[in-house]
Amino acid sequence: MFPFSFEWEWDIVHMVFHGALWYAISIVGLGLTYCIIKSVVDTARQKENTHH
Amino acid sequence: METTPLKPQGVKRCSKLQFSLWMAVAGAVLLWGVYAMYLVWYKGLNQTNMNDAYGFALWIWADLAVIALGGGAFFTGFLTYIIGQDKLKNIINYAVIIGFICYSSALLILAIDIGQPLRGWFIFWHANEHSMLTEVAFCLSCYFAVLTIEFIPLILENPKLEKIPFLHHLSHNMHSIMGVFAATGVFLSFFHQGSLGGVSGVLFGRPFSFREGINVWPWTFFLFTWSAAACGPCFTILVTWITEKLTQKKLVKDDVIHLLAKISGWMLATYIIAKIIDTIYWAMVTAPSMGFRLMDFYSNNPVYGIELLILEIVVCGIIPAAILITPRGRENKSLLMLAVVLAVIGVSVNRWVMVLQTLAVPVVPFEEWFMYAPSWQEVATTILPIAYGIILISLAHRYLPVFPQERELNPQN
Repeated sequence: MFPFSFEWEWDIVHMVFHGALWYAISIVGLGLTYCIIKSVVDTARQKENTHH
Repeated sequence: METTPLKPQGVKRCSKLQFSLWMAVAGAVLLWGVYAMYLVWYKGLNQTNMNDAYGFALWIWADLAVIALGGGAFFTGFLTYIIGQDKLKNIINYAVIIGFICYSSALLILAIDIGQPLRGWFIFWHANEHSMLTEVAFCLSCYFAVLTIEFIPLILENPKLEKIPFLHHLSHNMHSIMGVFAATGVFLSFFHQGSLGGVSGVLFGRPFSFREGINVWPWTFFLFTWSAAACGPCFTILVTWITEKLTQKKLVKDDVIHLLAKISGWMLATYIIAKIIDTIYWAMVTAPSMGFRLMDFYSNNPVYGIELLILEIVVCGIIPAAILITPRGRENKSLLMLAVVLAVIGVSVNRWVMVLQTLAVPVVPFEEWFMYAPSWQEVATTILPIAYGIILISLAHRYLPVFPQERELNPQN
């Protein structure tokens, strides 16, 4: 549920509960994104070094 | 020795024929479960023996049991990546695979149990913040994602996949920040394991399972997390031992198993002390305050006797804990295996009574005990994850470098 859903209420329960969920999802998502981007960069560098 | 580029180098695997026959047997059982699953999805929950008294039944027990047994993944991950027990890196891959199987099975069972899986996403979008089960659904799904992320680098270590530069780098980079994923997994596991216990603990209309606690968390919240951390690694040790027997090879060094067994033993010992205190307080204070005596929960029915409580706490709690915390106990292979089997049975019995006995006990004087026996469709769909687990473990063992010590322990290969 997002804050723009019609059921959303700006109270402590919603903020803590969904905040923790989105915090966990964000860490996992950012971690995965970092790995993918770094792998693309590493692969490109490796190719560049091979060409040189 | 049979080798193809698909298999890890320097390790021995069975012939293709043997492997195919093994997979065919597991596949047949899997198909039986899939057929039962199809019946439930196509015809509905009337295929089960659930009724007004049993909204939760065999599936939910299986769910809670596999989640507890899959706890080896989060606890071993916690010990390896956060506490820094480097020795456990030799078994963490297998703990992750077992955890992945347990959690994917739990989600599959839930998808069958909700009857209308197309609406499964409602629990995320129209979440009831006051329900323990909402927290379970959130954390369970997120933790499954974490387990998948922990499993991916191992898949990418397959010799054929590793030759692809991007996948090689991806595996390396995922390994390098695995501690972050593991820490997130520990956070998620703590809450969903706990909330599963919280579900029965907050049922104030069910004196058998109701417990007092701290703030919104009943004692069962903490006991469930504790027991999963204690018994999950025991299940990992048990499955490793079964795999060693089936493959006729030593896969993990004894010192690794002994370390995990020792930590499990102390977790189990402290858990069982807490459980005994909880049970005494519940029997002497909580239940009497609601008009019940201890024996009201264990008499006048054909199944649930006081021996079940003794089995859970003494036979499958105190005895395995005593074996595992003693160096002589855990270094004796037979005693070690007895202890881990008892611990696994103990946590499964605990989940059974907290789900099914809770619903069986009459709560008003004019009611009789509610008895339940699962339909064959429920049994088949509960066995389905076992067949799926066997297939996934067999594939992982054949094609992935699951055990870092395998080559060293089996030099004749």
